[in-house]
Amino acid sequence: MDVRLTAADGYSAQRSYSIASAPDGDRIELTVQRLPDGEVSPYLGQVLAAGDLLELRGPIGGWFVWEPDLAPAPVLLVAGGSGVVPLMAMIRTRAATGTHAPFRLVYSVRGPDDALYAAELAERQREDDGLHVAYVYTRTAPAGWPVPPGRIGAGVLSAPGWTPDRHAAVFICGPTGFVEAAANLLVNAGHAPRTIKTERFGPSGGQS
Amino acid sequence: MTTHLDGNVLGGELGELFTVDITAATGQCASCGTVSAIAQTHVYTQAPGLVARCPSCAGVMLRLVRGPGRAWLDLRGISCLQLALPGQP
Repeated sequence: MDVRLTAADGYSAQRSYSIASAPDGDRIELTVQRLPDGEVSPYLGQVLAAGDLLELRGPIGGWFVWEPDLAPAPVLLVAGGSGVVPLMAMIRTRAATGTHAPFRLVYSVRGPDDALYAAELAERQREDDGLHVAYVYTRTAPAGWPVPPGRIGAGVLSAPGWTPDRHAAVFICGPTGFVEAAANLLVNAGHAPRTIKTERFGPSGGQS
Repeated sequence: MTTHLDGNVLGGELGELFTVDITAATGQCASCGTVSAIAQTHVYTQAPGLVARCPSCAGVMLRLVRGPGRAWLDLRGISCLQLALPGQP
């Protein structure tokens, strides 16, 4: 979804944000990470109030999308930071449609406090045998975590039951460097490139 | 900074020009022949417009520049674009 802000003097800035909610008619949920030196996100995070009007364009893009109608093939989701947002929409859509496709989310965050939707993911995982969430901590791991903090590796991506012969549909979303590292690990492990869909995000000078 | 994004970011701008979703369309690179979804192209946004490059050979496939009330779309780098037509058999 594109969000455009226009100032009183006509200056306008536009950014793309991912929808976090499952489709439900006329409401959408966008999750916005506030960047301290950002142009749009500080306004959305601190100034925007209920009832304010926003200029929106979308929903946009039919490629980085999971279709619950398709055969219940397993789905491997790989998120870096706020890249979890569009994957959360898939997890919620899976729950809303009652599909039995097994889902595994590998979620890379700096530390436990940086994980978005941690409580909701824990709750959904408790209630649903078909959803598994694995965290990768890059800077700070919780006490007693079995591995030291570090970047995503091949091990967490090839858990039992999630090897390339399962032909999972893979969705990777995160910053460019993360997406390319994760995609390379999966291709090197034997996943066919055509089964992997990626979405990179980062600062975009979407000013017009 | 020269980090690229990908063709998913083109959806909004191109959605104003095309009646079908372009990010899911596939395009053949005019330089190397690789066919990829437009969403898979590497998109550079630190320019006066948007530049989409082939994920295989980095050849320029698409350039889009917006100005007040108009747009310039250069598709020289795509030899063929395949679009799904929704609702048609």
